[in-house]
Amino acid sequence: MRIKLKVWRQAGADKPGRLVDYLANDVHPDMSFLEMLDVVNEALIVKGEDPIAFDSDCREGICGACGFLVGGIPHGPDPGTTVCQLHMRRFKDGDTLTLEPWRAKAFPVIKDLVVDRSAFDRIIQAGGYTSVNVGGAQDANAILIPKPVTDKAMDSAACIACGACVAACKNASAALFTSAKISHLGLLPQGQVERHTRVVKMVERHDAEGFGSCSNEGECEAVCPKEISITNIARMNRDYLRAMLVTRDEGKR
Amino acid sequence: MHTRVGVSDALSGATLDSRVPSGPLAEKWDRHRFESKLVNPANRRKYTIIIVGTGLAGASAAASLGELGYNVLSFCIQDSPRRAHSIAAQGGINAAKNYQNDGDSIYRLFYDTIKGGDYRSREANVYRLAQLSVNIIDQCVAQGVPFAREYGGLLDNRSFGGAQVSRTFYARGQTGQQLLLGAYQSMMRQVEKGTVKSVPNREMLDLVLVNGQARGVIVRNLVTGAIERYAGHAVLLCTGGYGTAYYLSTNAVNSNVTAAWRAHKRGAFFANPCYTQIHPTCIPVSGTHQSKLTLMSESLRNDGRVWVPKAPGDTRLPEQIPESERDYYLERRYPSFGNLVPRDVASRNAKGVCDEGRGVGESGLAVYLDFADAIKRLGVNVIRSRYGNLFDMYKKITNEDPYKGPMRIYPAIHYTMGGLWVDYNLMSTIPGLHVLGEANFSDHGANRLGASALMQGLADGYFVIPYTLAQYLGSTSFPAVTADHDAFKESESSVRANIERLLSVKGSKTPRQLHRELGAVLWDDVGMARNEAGLRKALARIPELREEFWQNVSVPGPNNMLNKNLEYAGRVADYLEFAELLAIDALHRAESCGGHFREESQTPDGEAKRDDEQFSYVAAWEFQGVGAAARLYKEPLTFEYVKPTQRSYK
Repeated sequence: MRIKLKVWRQAGADKPGRLVDYLANDVHPDMSFLEMLDVVNEALIVKGEDPIAFDSDCREGICGACGFLVGGIPHGPDPGTTVCQLHMRRFKDGDTLTLEPWRAKAFPVIKDLVVDRSAFDRIIQAGGYTSVNVGGAQDANAILIPKPVTDKAMDSAACIACGACVAACKNASAALFTSAKISHLGLLPQGQVERHTRVVKMVERHDAEGFGSCSNEGECEAVCPKEISITNIARMNRDYLRAMLVTRDEGKR
Repeated sequence: MHTRVGVSDALSGATLDSRVPSGPLAEKWDRHRFESKLVNPANRRKYTIIIVGTGLAGASAAASLGELGYNVLSFCIQDSPRRAHSIAAQGGINAAKNYQNDGDSIYRLFYDTIKGGDYRSREANVYRLAQLSVNIIDQCVAQGVPFAREYGGLLDNRSFGGAQVSRTFYARGQTGQQLLLGAYQSMMRQVEKGTVKSVPNREMLDLVLVNGQARGVIVRNLVTGAIERYAGHAVLLCTGGYGTAYYLSTNAVNSNVTAAWRAHKRGAFFANPCYTQIHPTCIPVSGTHQSKLTLMSESLRNDGRVWVPKAPGDTRLPEQIPESERDYYLERRYPSFGNLVPRDVASRNAKGVCDEGRGVGESGLAVYLDFADAIKRLGVNVIRSRYGNLFDMYKKITNEDPYKGPMRIYPAIHYTMGGLWVDYNLMSTIPGLHVLGEANFSDHGANRLGASALMQGLADGYFVIPYTLAQYLGSTSFPAVTADHDAFKESESSVRANIERLLSVKGSKTPRQLHRELGAVLWDDVGMARNEAGLRKALARIPELREEFWQNVSVPGPNNMLNKNLEYAGRVADYLEFAELLAIDALHRAESCGGHFREESQTPDGEAKRDDEQFSYVAAWEFQGVGAAARLYKEPLTFEYVKPTQRSYK
């Protein structure tokens, strides 16, 4: 197969960017999308040109490093799939594909298709944990958790922090990412102690990082490679509302 | 240039002291903790601890040392500490909880691990690991790790290869992800508190020694290209294994040996590099474009049956081959463990049937893993709930549906048991340089059992290093050293010179081409089965490839911004040095043990045959220069509790 690519090239956050045309020859249908880009890059390196920068690491859809827009869709057209797991058999000979980085104020471009997602770390840092030091834990089976509750928490905990939800949102909101962690911990007994302070701190940090507000369009859920549900956002909003009442009552904030 | 290394002149006979505490096995760790020095809580913040890597070992160490009040600097090559390759571990984590009442105990986990490692690991370390396994599960549950549960609310377990009890805890097929996120979140909590400083997008390119002590690192800022110096009182390397030396492996594409190798070049001994683990259940190679191999969790062997056609050259589709013409070779050869034999045994058997011409698929380099019986017995929903995400992944990659027909699998490089040599305190031969997790060599001997890597990474970081590091800090005097010290300047200029050299070659081959060639050499001659002639061939070829690399590599693009090809070129250059040591170690160890199979040393029925008289030791190598004969030191292995026998899973 031959695939025509229009790839966003940008040397840095403060440099201008533009779409550059490339031709991917000899594309094998069993190639992953990133392997196709590897081949394009190999040819650029041999010519002494700077290869296209894109993030990737595990290449099995779990590390969350990869991600860019393929034809305007985060991670490309397949549902529940990271771009490293998107395969070229999905496309036709002669297709033209435009590749662009995530576009969001809170995700400045580093180079080409690579953006700075450190804002996600700072949201977790604000409260995405249970405050238990190593050493004092009780026996693991002393905490009974109904299977459906664990399963639901696991659904939320599956988030890989790739940033597709932000890229898909017209407000560049990270509500899906933030609510997934709030739900994971908020559903479990271990997370109850800090449930209210956690949601307030994380939501405030989310806003401070420059992410927009959620307006319930559901674009995030549609593109999430882990199919995280927007029910999490509803749960976050409920928790936040309750926290504002409860924490005021407890005099904590 | 040919290697000057011969086995005879490499053997030096000098021995290494593992500093294992005295006393009965079960009391060693307790006694050692009591006898170790402590650091006063008010003094801890005066110590700066540099941690390189944020996988399970690095993130858990950063969290626990931060909680104790040390001043921690945490570095990783990824853009976030949450992305280290531990995240890709699928199957589970072992712990001797005996929640299933099926005969498990600390001693049994210890015994299984020693036996699984083919009697090439240190008894005291392994016993400590088994003891700490129970604390890990408690800690992770307290963090909110959503382990699988039974309907009554108790934790669920599954069984894994090499064990006859169910002691593996799991979170769907994403156990590594959930454990890593637990450790990452604990670490980020310390970042918020200010005890840990997270410094992502950094690659360690040198270790800095002052007066023989590890006192800092030189890193490259991968975003700006700046070379930065960081000084501290101790350095913890938690940088994983070296499986990507083989080019195709189940490791992440950026996993590398660079940090460990550069520490080795500064004096840290490298132990047992020939102990590499080949995982039996991976998706087979489909073409030369392939950048990595994908693992299908070993847990699949709980319900999947491995088979090939009885007749060589049988090209019928699997559903056309009647039951009587199928060979369920693992069940046939190993009736008591069946499909759950350890990884090394399963891999070698897969290679064996393919070598006989009975392999399946286009390439003939695959065997079937069949779920038809399990689906008939348990129903498709149970199978989906157990392995749904793995089946989906298989379908995405191969375009075949494993609910309808068998998977095709083949072994691939997955884990490396060898690593930097450490003593019982996890300290390398360089004072102050500690090595944790897969990067060290310590606990798995010549073969690691499934679900034990996560256990070791977290044991090292949460429960071992907080004690042994205090012992080092409390018993060592530290001259005042800043990053302006001459040793940092010297180290920085050597790092800069190396980068300049990479950029100045301007040849015509890409680092990937050269890496792929190196990988082919290692897979063919230092892979699943090794022999003297093949190893000597590899030892002649590797220096040629290295020479070619430095004559002909192409590294375009600038040094003062993100340049992934430049990062990659540096890692390939290190692999081209490291690979030689890997082959030398494999050549010198003229016995078979665990994942290291020497064709010259096998039992009449083709199993690995150890030679305890000659090789019951850890081989630790001291760097003597690129291409020069490394010097061998030995740590004798003595077994007071488990008597080494021919390993049998029959």
